[in-house]
Amino acid sequence: MHNTHTKDTVVRAVIHVILILMSVIMLVPFIWMALTAFKTVSESTSIDPFVIFPSSWEFDNFLTVWKDYNFLILYKNTLLMIFFRVLCAVLTATMAGYAFGRLKFPCKNLLFTLILMQMMVPSQIFLLPQYLMVSKMHLLNTQFALVFPGIVTAFGTFLLKTSFQGLPKDLEEAASIDGANTGQRFLLVMAPLTRSGMVSLGIFTAVIAFKELMWPMIACSNVATTSLSAALAKLQGQFATNYPQLMAAALLACIPMIVLYLIFQKQFVEGIATSGGKL
Amino acid sequence: MKKPKMTKAQKSEAIWGLAFVAPTITGLLILNFYPIVNTVWQSFFKTGDFGKGNTFIGLTNYVNVCTSSEFWGSLLNTVKYAVIEVPFSIAIALVLAVFLNRKMRFRSGYRTIFFLPMVAAPAAVAMVWKWLYNQRYGLLNQIFHTDIAWISTPSVAWISVGVVGVWSIIGYNMVLFLGGLQEIPHDYYEAAQIDGASGIRQFFTITIPLLSPTIYFILQTRIIAALQVFDLIYMMIDKTNVALKSVQSVVYVFYQYVFTYDNKGYGSTMVVLLLIFILFLTAALQKFEKKFVFYN
Repeated sequence: MHNTHTKDTVVRAVIHVILILMSVIMLVPFIWMALTAFKTVSESTSIDPFVIFPSSWEFDNFLTVWKDYNFLILYKNTLLMIFFRVLCAVLTATMAGYAFGRLKFPCKNLLFTLILMQMMVPSQIFLLPQYLMVSKMHLLNTQFALVFPGIVTAFGTFLLKTSFQGLPKDLEEAASIDGANTGQRFLLVMAPLTRSGMVSLGIFTAVIAFKELMWPMIACSNVATTSLSAALAKLQGQFATNYPQLMAAALLACIPMIVLYLIFQKQFVEGIATSGGKL
Repeated sequence: MKKPKMTKAQKSEAIWGLAFVAPTITGLLILNFYPIVNTVWQSFFKTGDFGKGNTFIGLTNYVNVCTSSEFWGSLLNTVKYAVIEVPFSIAIALVLAVFLNRKMRFRSGYRTIFFLPMVAAPAAVAMVWKWLYNQRYGLLNQIFHTDIAWISTPSVAWISVGVVGVWSIIGYNMVLFLGGLQEIPHDYYEAAQIDGASGIRQFFTITIPLLSPTIYFILQTRIIAALQVFDLIYMMIDKTNVALKSVQSVVYVFYQYVFTYDNKGYGSTMVVLLLIFILFLTAALQKFEKKFVFYN
């Protein structure tokens, strides 16, 4: 008995060692990003001795990139893009999800096949025509261009359809006996019950939009109109070897999402995990 | 061929249904299905200067792409990237998930840390890794006392990029595995314990078979996502980098042709071929699923 107990403790200890080691590997890039951001260029490129901690915690790098790249505008662009994409995606997907999950209407299977087909196709195939459309509308480098590809969502429709299908049937029947029409049943009874599905879709949409690189890079190539991700790509071209400034910019770009994640951890993990690998 | 008449209630339901799917379907037709057709259409044309005077050239683009070593090279690079990212991120994530699938201290703390890269912008992730990989001043060479050009040696660079891909996605795979593990009934393990099966034996005889639907699901989605790799390569490998040729992916080359060289027809052809490749792969994986995946 004593023996198995010691063995158990050893196994537990080994597991913790592995997990801690793994945590270090996951955290070091973030820590190094932050430490470099506070260094001067000469500190960051000193190898003999190698400098780990900055000698003084100066905010100069942050101030420089904040001014040069007008981060206030980048935050605003990114925030608005996320806001409108989440709004559009949740609104259209909840309606369509309800119809596909709960209602009978003509061509339902055919239309749902369109949803499934869109999910199977690699998204790069949409890119050039979408760009040409926005270009024809003379709306490149606008807030609209950032939102454009995310106005509707096949994946979100699929997700919400599953949520609606999981709800018990009697609720809706009770409401329809009370004389509510389909629109009222949707709005007052069914939609509020799929809140968790909507939250998942919202978070998923927000994170995807935040991480997206290629679309904002081509549709909003002007740095004053683009998103944080695409601005980082531009910035890397300009500050090429000034790593403290690059890291300061990267940190500024990542911090808001990381803070939100730490606050709403459970919702984030669930929201992204239900995304079924579409990331 | 008499059509059954709809009752008033059914008619109203049909109208509501169509109205509710209308925005999504219209949007998909404009934003996704027209672009698919348009991209395929463009792949049959030679792009004229300044985007004007496109001339129909039939399958010439396809012949050119399929006979260019650049395309096959980029496809090989993409597959190489997937060969690093997919198996390693899945194996490591599975082990971590099994470790975390029990009552233990700091369980949620570990999960939070492993999942962290998922909420960081790939552009930022690539920038910091590029800095870690820096030959002269980078942290990696300092720690290991090495002098390796991690991302500018052609034989090493694709592995270095793959490692960042693995690092970025481990937490995500792990969370999906944790979800799958929670559905395995606990009695199975208890029975195995009574029979005296070791933890490792339990892992291979209970966990892996019962988790096979989750493993398959992650495998399929990861392979398809890995074949579309772009961000990491674009951000980490400069255009002047000598290793570019041995790292650039299909999507990277597509991007260059369409948006840098303005050769839209040729670029479109590449992405159509990628689509065909992915569809074939999906079909092949589904065959594989029927053989190896165990559903209750």
